[in-house]
Amino acid sequence: MTQTHLQAPPARTSRPTPPVTPERRTVALFVALSMALVVASIVAAGSGQLPVPFVEVVGSVLHRFGIDLGPLPSHPRGEATLWSIRFPRVGMAILVGASLAVAGALMQGVFGNPLAEPSVVGVSAGAAVAAAAAIVFGLTFAGAWTVAACAFIGGLVTTFVVYALSRADGRTEVVTLVLTGIAVNAVAGALLALLLFLGDTQAREQIVFWQLGSLNGSRGAYLLVVAPLAAAGLVAAIAFSRRLDLLALGDRPARHLGLHVERFRMLTIVAVALLTAAAVSFCGIVAFVGLIVPHLVRMVTGPGHRVLIPACMLAGALLLVCADLVARTAVAYADLPLGMLTSLVGGPLFFWLLRRARRTAGGWA
Amino acid sequence: MRRPALRARGVSVRIGAATLLDSVSLDVHAGELVALVGPNGAGKSTLLSVLTGDLTPFSGTVDVHGRPVTEWTLGELARERAVLTQEHRVAFPFPVGDVVRMGRNPWRGTPAEDLDDLEVAAAMHDCEVTHLAQRRLPTCSGGEKARTALARVLAQRTGILLLDEPTAALDLGHSETVLARVRARVDAGAAGVIVVHDLNLAAAWADRVVLLDRGQTVADGGIDEVLTSDLLSRVYEHPVEVLRHPVTGGLLVLPDRITAARQRLEV
Repeated sequence: MTQTHLQAPPARTSRPTPPVTPERRTVALFVALSMALVVASIVAAGSGQLPVPFVEVVGSVLHRFGIDLGPLPSHPRGEATLWSIRFPRVGMAILVGASLAVAGALMQGVFGNPLAEPSVVGVSAGAAVAAAAAIVFGLTFAGAWTVAACAFIGGLVTTFVVYALSRADGRTEVVTLVLTGIAVNAVAGALLALLLFLGDTQAREQIVFWQLGSLNGSRGAYLLVVAPLAAAGLVAAIAFSRRLDLLALGDRPARHLGLHVERFRMLTIVAVALLTAAAVSFCGIVAFVGLIVPHLVRMVTGPGHRVLIPACMLAGALLLVCADLVARTAVAYADLPLGMLTSLVGGPLFFWLLRRARRTAGGWA
Repeated sequence: MRRPALRARGVSVRIGAATLLDSVSLDVHAGELVALVGPNGAGKSTLLSVLTGDLTPFSGTVDVHGRPVTEWTLGELARERAVLTQEHRVAFPFPVGDVVRMGRNPWRGTPAEDLDDLEVAAAMHDCEVTHLAQRRLPTCSGGEKARTALARVLAQRTGILLLDEPTAALDLGHSETVLARVRARVDAGAAGVIVVHDLNLAAAWADRVVLLDRGQTVADGGIDEVLTSDLLSRVYEHPVEVLRHPVTGGLLVLPDRITAARQRLEV
């Protein structure tokens, strides 16, 4: 009797549950992404040939910031491994992931086309060609920044070329964009091959490494180059978000609401080139991050850019920290190319998204 | 004479060898609703594009409140005039409520920003899309999309309304309610230009009718002056009869199918 009484459904279930508002979902998403990013970063920093337990990683970070809390790494080389290898690499994964995801979201907004993405349309390849040229011809005009500067210029030129080629009557058709991407990628691939042919052994190795995409060899000095580029691009993206919403209405309605459409497009393209350069200059072509992350985030938050852009930052960083962790721990004593991994997972996932987007009315017509 | 809210003088538009508009002039005053009518390809939408400043005419000028449209910044212009275009595509599946709220963008950073919620709610109510607020636009019907677009335009709360076929996708009931709302805005002091194909709507709601044909103004005047059987039959190249409503006395414009059938037999 008592048992049946206990098992009787509580009276509350008969009342309708409060609806999950978009705002609550968004807050939940930000909290979940931030927490996951912190945990993933600590786990990633502790994993590898020299494992450092979770609490020791936390302890090491806290001690650096003058908080004597938690244990220091017990292994004699633990502290050095963390600070000279692991943290720069995790930091790079965060910057590159955030940059690529936001670059994708920006491109999709500016083209009004959910298929636009730096690697798909060939902007990553264009940036890589310019960066490879800097290596092969031994350019040093901007010191440590030379490669990044070249990647930026290459990305900028390619984005403008794609924009000019794929736009007709004020809009970009999905098919035109993808075909333009194929053409641009083909030309960029040929130029990379030429540079490969021209370069010496060391340059060749570096170029091949690019084409595969990897965070291997991330150093603190590189982070100092990538961080300002990424930061500038990310800040610009957040500042652009309200205007990107307007652009979704189309060029003329956006103009009628006071947006200087052409000027704004140019600004956004510069931001995309900055972010792509940040990602490509040291880590090469990591494909599909800018496509998959905004798609997945949009499913939760909806298309409003004021939420989408910051959420893409977190989700992109999280994705790349996890992907890089898999890349360097899946096979013992081997560092799998990250770009290969993201394409391997991202390609089919993209295909699934494509079919899903076409089926549901929320997709593109 | 009061200064017109919108004035076009001798506007010509040429694309290649084709002349889309040939020296068209138009004044629209505050408190006046002008219907732009004419057959397909007459230049109605082109004229509207020139009035919005989207299209720079080959010759002629457009003034908004006495100042050339080219001298306004886009932001200033967006606080003076709202435009409804024919296409209502949105690149991403925004909810209807968000789309309407985009109409408030020109008022960001001004005192009027405080009225955002009020204006959005009023515009959504006026266009009967309040119940769709959470719906994603691509899942809406053509008429619902059109009403959403119009709600966005009304939410912009400007003194000049330029509406390209606001009723094209709407059923009879919604056409009436929507035009009644536009009319109310005009009566409250706005200047309105609407492109309409349904001459009965023009007759019922507009103060003035401008009849365009092949890029030229054929007639510009009151309803009774412009909507005549002879003129319309000539311009539309189809017999048209204009009747009076037995009760209200308002004009009814109908295709004259009997004469048309007779003409076909004679040919």
